[in-house]
Amino acid sequence: MSFVKGLQCRECGRQYPATLQAGCEDCFAPLEVHYDYAGIAHAVTREIIGSRPGNLWRYRELLPLEADPVVGLATGWTPLVRADRLAKKLGLAHLYLKNDNVSFPTLSFKDRVTSMAVNKAIEFKLEAVGCASTGNLANSVAAQAAAAGIPAYILIPESLERSKVTATQIYGARVIAVRGNYDDVNRLCAQIAERHPWGFVNVNLRPFYAEGSKTMAFEIAEQLGWKAPTSIVVPMAGGALISKIHKGLGELESIGLLKEPVTTKLYGAQAAGCNPIVDAVRRKSIDIRPVKPNTIAKSLAIGNPADGYYASGFIQKTGGWADDATDPEISDGIQLLAETEGIFTETAGGVSIAVTKKLIESGHIDREGVTVIAITGNGLKTPDAVPFESPEVIDAKIDSFEQVLKGVAHVA
Amino acid sequence: MSLKVVIPTPLRKHTAGAEIVEVDAGTVKEVIDRLESKHPGIRNSICDDTGGLRRFINVYVDGEDVRFLDNLNTPAKDGSEIAIVPAISGGK
Repeated sequence: MSFVKGLQCRECGRQYPATLQAGCEDCFAPLEVHYDYAGIAHAVTREIIGSRPGNLWRYRELLPLEADPVVGLATGWTPLVRADRLAKKLGLAHLYLKNDNVSFPTLSFKDRVTSMAVNKAIEFKLEAVGCASTGNLANSVAAQAAAAGIPAYILIPESLERSKVTATQIYGARVIAVRGNYDDVNRLCAQIAERHPWGFVNVNLRPFYAEGSKTMAFEIAEQLGWKAPTSIVVPMAGGALISKIHKGLGELESIGLLKEPVTTKLYGAQAAGCNPIVDAVRRKSIDIRPVKPNTIAKSLAIGNPADGYYASGFIQKTGGWADDATDPEISDGIQLLAETEGIFTETAGGVSIAVTKKLIESGHIDREGVTVIAITGNGLKTPDAVPFESPEVIDAKIDSFEQVLKGVAHVA
Repeated sequence: MSLKVVIPTPLRKHTAGAEIVEVDAGTVKEVIDRLESKHPGIRNSICDDTGGLRRFINVYVDGEDVRFLDNLNTPAKDGSEIAIVPAISGGK
């Protein structure tokens, strides 16, 4: 039993029952899950949520699942890390990192959305699941499908990092590499979804799948003591995560769980080599001009972002802003985070750190407020993004070691 | 010039369920004109009130998004495949 009232078109408002459907039949716009918020407000309190296990199902009233979840039982509730050393470097008073680096089971925030999607696929009794992916989604769908015992078909761009391909194949998923970029893969996926009776997490399961992203916002607010932060910096590819963070904070406020009104400004981060949403925000527009991606941040390389229109709208509506980072800036961002906080993030996290720095310098982010940066994936997935030279090799002699130490500042 | 147009499921209510419609046209705009004369009402599902493509509809000529080409004026060769695909989300 859930509090879902149904699906509703984000553009024309047409309502649909909560079934498998990719978009509105009239205008093809995305569908949004609608809930009985009065019922939810009556059913949950901060105390009830606080007493539940540390996973994303602690917010189950705000998620579109009818039965109890079967997979993803340990997904969510990642640490919100206070980052004083990085804050000092950046010139911020209060900085937190939402660390989905350590998300279960596949070390990226995508575990949140696949938990929703695969459980929903089970509920709909689908014979297989599939997705188009830039890597993290592929890893996560494959893992959750394996745990559920459902076959998975994963379509990826052929240029994907080898480590992410292996981390998908290992789960027994059928991986198909497609010549072209993510946007080509996504188009093919949409066409496959029309022919085969599978649950494509980013096509016909999408309205449900995307709801999982809200849990990042729920957790941030709860971990801050049921308060929304001043600023949240979010990496953007398709633009879905930042849009759902906006929805999630709004829901917590509307059902009365927050101690203060939400005034959070949303800040979007993209790679300079794939920045269609940033470009729209800079033009103060919601009109997205698609691009051909060229960036090391492959998990963000979506040139035709389906939620870009909404993402740029929410960013501007909340008084936030967006910026982009070049490939060297992304590598520097990864390194800065690792050296100051001991957290090794993948390229998308490097984008977030680099862009946060720029948004502070340009005066967009309030230095005195509470800032949260979404760190959405683990650096072990893209180790080649930070090219280090091989370490020096010495003989196994104490003199050789002492020779190396010469000139190291902190050694007396 | 004969072109093959791939119709997505939500638009097949206009084409009596046909997935492929063959038309003679030299540009994407002409493709839509011919589709409309064969299957009245379909244009309104592809184009908005200003005559441009709807925000959540992508049109591809031989796999290339027409927004990277010349939008509705994009030429189509004999034997080209025109795919009409509703936009879908992915990634972050």
